Amino acid sequence: MTQPIIAANNVSKTLGAGAGQVHALNHVDLSLNGGNLTMLMGPSGSGKTTLLSILGGMLTPSEGKVQICGVPTEGASAEQLAEIRRRHIGFVFQTFHLFPTLTAAENVQLALDLRGERGAGARARTREVLTRVDLARKAAAFPRELSGGEQQRVAIARAIVADPAAILADEPTAALDGANGQEIMSILAAIAKEPHRAVLVVTHDTRLTGFADRTLRIEDGALLPEEPSSGNVYRMRSNA
Amino acid sequence: MALVATLASRNLFQDRLRFVATLIGIVFSVVLVMVQMGLYLGFGRMVTTMIDHAPADLWVVAHGTNSFEDLSLLDAQMRDRLLAVKGVAAAVPVVIGFSGWRLPGGGMTPVFVVGSDPNAGGLAPWNIVAGSAQALTGAGAVAIDKTYYDRLGVSGIGAKTEIRGQPAQVEAVTGGIRSFTTTPYVFADLDAARSYIGLPSNKVSHFLVRLKPGADLRQVQSGIRSAVPGIDVLTPQEFRQRSRSFWLFGTGAGAALFAGALLGVIVGTVIVAQTLYSSTKDHLYEFATLRAIGCSKRYLYSVIILQALINAVLGFAVAAAIGLAVVAASAGTSLPIVITPLLMGALLGLTVAMCVGSAIAAISRIVRLEPMMVMAR
Repeated sequence: MTQPIIAANNVSKTLGAGAGQVHALNHVDLSLNGGNLTMLMGPSGSGKTTLLSILGGMLTPSEGKVQICGVPTEGASAEQLAEIRRRHIGFVFQTFHLFPTLTAAENVQLALDLRGERGAGARARTREVLTRVDLARKAAAFPRELSGGEQQRVAIARAIVADPAAILADEPTAALDGANGQEIMSILAAIAKEPHRAVLVVTHDTRLTGFADRTLRIEDGALLPEEPSSGNVYRMRSNA
Repeated sequence: MALVATLASRNLFQDRLRFVATLIGIVFSVVLVMVQMGLYLGFGRMVTTMIDHAPADLWVVAHGTNSFEDLSLLDAQMRDRLLAVKGVAAAVPVVIGFSGWRLPGGGMTPVFVVGSDPNAGGLAPWNIVAGSAQALTGAGAVAIDKTYYDRLGVSGIGAKTEIRGQPAQVEAVTGGIRSFTTTPYVFADLDAARSYIGLPSNKVSHFLVRLKPGADLRQVQSGIRSAVPGIDVLTPQEFRQRSRSFWLFGTGAGAALFAGALLGVIVGTVIVAQTLYSSTKDHLYEFATLRAIGCSKRYLYSVIILQALINAVLGFAVAAAIGLAVVAASAGTSLPIVITPLLMGALLGLTVAMCVGSAIAAISRIVRLEPMMVMAR
């Protein structure tokens, strides 16, 4: 059996203390496998972002265990968690979080620079991924010169440039209009077709479920029993 | 340019007003330190100018003499005992003292008289621009520096006056022998100088001792100390150190200069720390994003430290240009500012240390950074 790229076993997370204590996650079990786009849906405050943060090694669980590419996050220091993220995870954020003083290409290349990958090889890889998200012509543009959709495509390029095993996207279409949102999801779905890579998209937009291979719902910090997927519309379209 | 340097420099230059304010702070700080230290060096050189130009292997001075200008006296007869010490070739007396120079329109102005026999290898004026040192052997012949013409009311060679009621005539003019006390030096031969300062013929201020060829300096120094107790026998370097120590630290002048320099460092550190901290705060979400996508702390620190280094190098470059202009402007004054390559290098090191040290506050801010914060925004 293939080892999951990210595995969470019986994960709980408690935030705050005393009267303000919140049980953000309750005994969550989840595996993300390569070649799949998993969509995590749920209302505000349901624990979606907390779960994504734990799966991405930004937070450690209060209880339970998480393994990212076989590496347990339990007991890892902040620096060790950063290394796990750097090696295995690509993040896509709701508000892009691009560096305003860097060009599109530099924003992408930064993810390689953090890994010590520099020079001609890094530049070539950057061009390659910008071409993949159809932004090669805007490589020299600064974020302020790009539309929201273009900025999110740069963010996706940054997330995939180092070829991580998992892409975790937190509401990647929330700041975009419908058309741009569909385009971004198409790109993420295409990335998820690669068998060595798992993609998790956190969203509350039910219009996007057609892109998912698997849809999970979370409420009050607990995953609801998984239902059979309604099908991958994108894949059906692209296979048509 | 490495990407980390690109990010650091662009973040720094993004807010131009803040960047300019930072540079002004650094420039102000470095120029202040540079001028204070330049004054310190200049002062240190000026207080030893007579020692530097005296043809002596050893100085024999009254016990406890703190500087060349110290008016303590020795017995002139001591010269024979000095000459009797093995290895001593010559012991040339020098007399010094304050006196009054009569101005052409009446009135007096103070002068500092230096008397020695130039024919015996005494302390003769240097940098002579008119006349000659040998002319000082004539009765009443004196040498003055041209920068004091107005002060002394003379216009050059041949000018006549009285010093302490004794006739004097300018027979040599020097260029650049200025006194840090602002009291003009007047060179004369030994007897004339005695009469100008009212010193009896059996007294001298210092002896310049020269050694015979091959004589060992330390042995002669020790020999003189044994033969003539109650005096100080100093090498020129020892006398220089003693003079500098007295004038710079005994008088508090050096402490004041160092206090000014310290103030400059504090001001610079606070300004750079404040601006780096505020810049870091403005870019906090960017740093959190870096952390979220797996950036190491070392990489984060390098962004901030590079910003500090850019501040340091640019600030220092501007400050150095201003400092060199100040040096040029002060060259003709009574207390020229001296900036040596060593001082320049030390100041560059200090500026870098100051700016990098200032980054600690900014670094302490991002040490506590939670990558999760990018999720909440």
